Amino acid sequence: MAAPALAKPPVLDKAKGEKCVEETSVMRKRHMDFLKHQRDDTVHGGIRGAKHSLAGCVECHANARDGAVLGSSQHFCQGCHEYAAVKLDCFDCHTSHTKSAQASQKRGVPR
Amino acid sequence: MIPVDESRRKFLGTTAAAAGALALGPGVMLYSYAEAKAGSGAGERTIRWGMLVDTTKCASGCTACVDACNTEHNIAPAKLPTDVQWIRKVELKDERTGAVHSMPVMCQHCAEPPCVDVCPTGASFKRADGIVMVDRHTCIGCRYCMMACPYKARSFVHEPTTNKSSVAPRGKGCVESCTMCVHRVDKGGTPACVEACSDAGHRAIIFGDLNDPNSEIAKRVKAATTTQLRADLRTDNGVRYQGL
Repeated sequence: MAAPALAKPPVLDKAKGEKCVEETSVMRKRHMDFLKHQRDDTVHGGIRGAKHSLAGCVECHANARDGAVLGSSQHFCQGCHEYAAVKLDCFDCHTSHTKSAQASQKRGVPR
Repeated sequence: MIPVDESRRKFLGTTAAAAGALALGPGVMLYSYAEAKAGSGAGERTIRWGMLVDTTKCASGCTACVDACNTEHNIAPAKLPTDVQWIRKVELKDERTGAVHSMPVMCQHCAEPPCVDVCPTGASFKRADGIVMVDRHTCIGCRYCMMACPYKARSFVHEPTTNKSSVAPRGKGCVESCTMCVHRVDKGGTPACVEACSDAGHRAIIFGDLNDPNSEIAKRVKAATTTQLRADLRTDNGVRYQGL
């Protein structure tokens, strides 16, 4: 029996910045831990502006086309989460757009 | 009315606090943060954020605070009783004298919050600086806190949210309420409703540190008679009303 063909790694949008807040290999493995740790500090302790912020991820990893990390298999967060088959809950509440993209988005009726 | 058993409440409170301090590394930091931010020379003093609503200045029919809150947090104006509402205008009328009071009612940021007592997951919590909030990462949407709140301050999000804002992440399936605009307060700002009321020329709501004797709010609270809503419940609200 032939070995099953592996899915090709996703082709993702390039990030804006020169380098990430941690090594890429560390981020791949542990970004969820960093985010979870900092979110508790922020929500409960009011400590803001630390380096592992979700908004920080979005600002850097959003593409130039629509300023988002979500929307297609090419978008940074969505593309990789699809590849890894991991459900991505962050953006049920958090915005997937950069600050400037939010401002230029046509504001509909909020719910 | 059943009297509140304060000794039991204190016992439960200290037990919970001790458990929290032992189990949580960050929990210890919360207190040091609040004290450090409180400034110099005040010793062990900690911040207690609060608001004072002057009902004699609050204009009937004005909804500047409600509108500002909705804009700030991307909340649609409430049409149904089940819609999300963090702050609402309430009109009180004394039937005997005909005196009418208009005032905003929001989360009262109790020192002894019933919503925190009943929360099964610890999502409903009080920050070291007195702000009562929902940690929506841990909220399971059971709505016990909505039942426990004497002020009907909390809402459940029934529908998916659109146009998410970076300052106030909100989503379906969680309970939420006034956060006293923590995202602004943590950066040294004032809540959106306070700002809007001031911009509208009423200055009916003031915000500040109740524990700082030099703050405007502490001076006003000291000088004039102010009331906490349903003071009989002894929840020790951080929001006070003047002229009721």
